[in-house]
Amino acid sequence: MKVLAFASRNRKELLRDPLNLAFGIGFPVVLLLLLSAIQSNVPVSLFKIRSLAPGIAVFGLSFISLFSGMLIAKDRSTSFLIRLFASPLSASNFILGYTLPLLPMAIVQSIICFIVSYFLGLSVNVNLLLALIILIPAAILFIAIGLLAGSLLTDKQVGGVCGALLTNLVAWLSGTWFDLNLVGGAFKTAANALPFVHAVDAARAAVAGDYALILPHLLWVIAYAVVILSLAIYVFNEKMRSDAK
Amino acid sequence: MSAIQTRDLTKKYKEKIAVDQLNLSIEQGELFSLLGVNGAGKTTTIKMLSCLSKPTSGDAVLLGDSVATSPMEVKKKINVSPQETAVAPNLTVKENLETIAGLYGSNRKEAVKKTKEMIESFGLSEVEKSKAKTLSGGWQRRLSIAMALISNPQILFLDEPTLGLDVLARRDLWRTIEQLKGKVTIILTTHYLEEAEALSDRIAIMAKGRLKAVGTVKELMSHTHTDKFEDAFIALASGNGASL
Repeated sequence: MKVLAFASRNRKELLRDPLNLAFGIGFPVVLLLLLSAIQSNVPVSLFKIRSLAPGIAVFGLSFISLFSGMLIAKDRSTSFLIRLFASPLSASNFILGYTLPLLPMAIVQSIICFIVSYFLGLSVNVNLLLALIILIPAAILFIAIGLLAGSLLTDKQVGGVCGALLTNLVAWLSGTWFDLNLVGGAFKTAANALPFVHAVDAARAAVAGDYALILPHLLWVIAYAVVILSLAIYVFNEKMRSDAK
Repeated sequence: MSAIQTRDLTKKYKEKIAVDQLNLSIEQGELFSLLGVNGAGKTTTIKMLSCLSKPTSGDAVLLGDSVATSPMEVKKKINVSPQETAVAPNLTVKENLETIAGLYGSNRKEAVKKTKEMIESFGLSEVEKSKAKTLSGGWQRRLSIAMALISNPQILFLDEPTLGLDVLARRDLWRTIEQLKGKVTIILTTHYLEEAEALSDRIAIMAKGRLKAVGTVKELMSHTHTDKFEDAFIALASGNGASL
């Protein structure tokens, strides 16, 4: 009950911020429409919906880091944190309370992305359901990045790091906008060392029905998610307790 | 049984001693004020008593449970109304209250019932559907105290509850606090001497982390041979008066 009460409060805080809705849902949808419009007017295959939709779904998830980071950083900047710490909430209650409302938001965000993609020509089949499941580790990864950023930074800094830096990193290094082989070299090596391109490739493989290709990419994402989430939980506990002192 | 009993309660930050071997006994139902100039150790004391900060040494026992060894048990019996705004800004007054009731273990039905009671007793009905961020400072403080009381705490910590409020809002809040006297043990910190004088059963004066005096307003004035409480406070807080 305690966790649910806290999660419910966090869900309301997140959903009542119009910027969250605009960036979390509106922006990825606008990009889908825009890039599909470009595709329909050029003779080469730049943004085929089967490749674009999973990429935009991952890009949209990067905004989840911004939401979670901002919420935690704002709580840290007010006396509301003291009230929370004085309550009988345990450390695991806090982590769950911040994480639980974001996971359904991330899934809904991906569903909306695929629904819009359907109207742009994406085939609807069981593979889309698989893609939604494949995107869950990526969603947890982005929630963890937000948890980490919110624990360490102020809300303004979170806006810069998660709202600008992370979203750009995901945009450029995920292979959503262009084939990484076109650039190659250190750029491709760096992109492959990060989880974003693997999240996109795993979701693309799921949409395409290339099941054998999913796991190798998904393992990258899961490994990153486990490491970042563990780090985020540790930093969150340490930082928030020191903030209350 | 005392509501609060501290034994050599001490907090050190590296070389700085914020609270030095504090020994206090506060009775159940008492309204007890902690006074002192900035840096006296009031807030650190409150943070240790409310399990927000661990003592470096010593202990405090709140209604039979130690802050050092049983902080979760202590937290179930207390609540805090922190300095500054401590409300969830995008939630309504009603939702803020229901959230805190839930955090202290109430199920949905209980939370709704307790919220209704708090809205009535704190006169919050006209703003119950307003988001907390839209309320004036006075309303936010009133909500903050209602949020601290919705868990039915046996001990309530009020940290500078009237800071920044205008005189009307302050007097209004005084009336609310007076109504709680005898029902809940209240630990109040304030910079307003007239507030402590008007509300407190007993007052402790701290300076440089040490307890300088404890007593009623009359006892403190008598001890320092002063006619005004402000003079008694200055004598004790500045170290000119002998410890009581």
